[in-house]
Amino acid sequence: MNIVVAMKEIPDIQQIRIRNRKPVTDDVPRTLGNIDKNALEAAVQIKEKTDSQVIVVGVGSSEVEDTFKEALAAGGDEARLVVWDGELESSQSAQLLAALITKIDSVGLILFGEGSGDNYSSQVGSRVAQILGLPQVGYVNRIEIEGSTARVTRSLEDCEQDLEVALPAVIMVSSDINTARIPSVTQILKAGKKPKEVLAANELGVAIPAAQVETISNLAPEMERRQISVKTISDLVKALADEGFGGGR
Amino acid sequence: MAGTLIFSENPALVLELATAALEMDSGPVYALVINNGPQAEKLSNHGLAVLSVDEPGMSSFDTAGCAQAVAQTAGQKDLSMVLLSSDRRGKELAGRVAEAMHAGCLTDVKGFSLEGGQLAFTRNSLGGATLATQAIKTPAQVVAVSPRAFAPIAPTATGSIEAVKINVPASAVKLVETRSKAGDTVDLQAAERLVVVGQGVEDQSDLALVEQVAQALKAEIGCSKPVATDKKWYPEERIIGLSGKICKPALALILGVSGQVQFTVGVREAQVIVSVNNDENAFMNKIADYVLVADLKEALPELVRQLG
Repeated sequence: MNIVVAMKEIPDIQQIRIRNRKPVTDDVPRTLGNIDKNALEAAVQIKEKTDSQVIVVGVGSSEVEDTFKEALAAGGDEARLVVWDGELESSQSAQLLAALITKIDSVGLILFGEGSGDNYSSQVGSRVAQILGLPQVGYVNRIEIEGSTARVTRSLEDCEQDLEVALPAVIMVSSDINTARIPSVTQILKAGKKPKEVLAANELGVAIPAAQVETISNLAPEMERRQISVKTISDLVKALADEGFGGGR
Repeated sequence: MAGTLIFSENPALVLELATAALEMDSGPVYALVINNGPQAEKLSNHGLAVLSVDEPGMSSFDTAGCAQAVAQTAGQKDLSMVLLSSDRRGKELAGRVAEAMHAGCLTDVKGFSLEGGQLAFTRNSLGGATLATQAIKTPAQVVAVSPRAFAPIAPTATGSIEAVKINVPASAVKLVETRSKAGDTVDLQAAERLVVVGQGVEDQSDLALVEQVAQALKAEIGCSKPVATDKKWYPEERIIGLSGKICKPALALILGVSGQVQFTVGVREAQVIVSVNNDENAFMNKIADYVLVADLKEALPELVRQLG
């Protein structure tokens, strides 16, 4: 079977600077979301047990081919990518990804991270499942494949659910499902030779819906704090008491 | 806008959603309850207009079926606004409901305002570095509201229950077992005071001292993500930040956290923030009210002694 892993090209969040409360993303390198890497690792581990192929799909900037090299180095067998320069919201990404996935044969599993590294809105996996009419399970920290069924564990705030899902299915994993491997230099070099298909959005034959969400502003919150420097523990304990946070059991 | 449908499996969050819905003032408000007679009764007794689905063929753990139930009920009642809880259940549901309703959707919404006559919602963006104000432009809107962003609605005597019939296809998901996360079911978002352990606490043996500090301050203990996921000193339920809990305590005593934005988003709405860190340039110090530059190895025993 083919295991599809959908990953998002995002600006490297650690390198975004704030100027006049505005995020500066120019010249910030593109990378892949951390939880997306856990989804890829989950796919590679399943592949090692089930004789599957791991196909990585994504939408991104003109640098998308470069960004996704890391995914091929970390165990993806093949990449199918769409170039889209400009903002894309969840509903639009979902349509593009669903169109990409529809072109892949014998898809058993479609894996996402529980949320992207930048927006973390956690919509795209659920939207793709609805578009493709497939069952879904989110917040998964265990996946075992048994024939045409996936046995998974969904971790919620108050409980864990062991579930059986008929394949094909969309599974969104949590970061605690595994520790994603870091590819070696040799693997990165070899990744350049793995098959890649890079399409323009209009080659996919799908109409991209108009944006459904309008961003009115996007500013760093003002965080004015007193930054009072205290020199000793007793000063700190006194400051806490003055604020109404006394100790004492 | 014809009205609002609210849904969460957690009755406490339903009452918060009811407050949000009333404040948005978008017409009549209905609360959907799926296969849970006692909860329908309870919410109606609290004053809510409950739409009750009783469909033995569907189950709450099947997101596809739940999304159909929400979308079909909203369609039948001509309700264009759907409010869900932005806990894990609600967030997983949100995208699917939105796609089924051809609706724009926002999750992790913390509040709203009126901008030029339209509802504008606030949520964290860019990993928590920014606060985005966004409006949904489709006729139908799906909004997942963060827990504790709104107070629970006060009880009234106007409740009702109406049965709703929906048509849900057979589920492709089967439940094998549910295990409650017993043993550590702390509700950090409800805690008035938090003590937060970061990587600056270097030895696991020092956690006993942290525990004593927390006890003395009557605080709950949270941690930064690496302390739970890499060091595994605490369960992930205690992670504070973007991929953990977003908290609004009266006091946050932060022990050895450098203060990356993915963390600070989880405490920056605390009334008072104290940062103890051996690095005087730690970003955490810049968003703290009180800063003590100290080695935690030495500071913790002294803090225990003086608070005790």
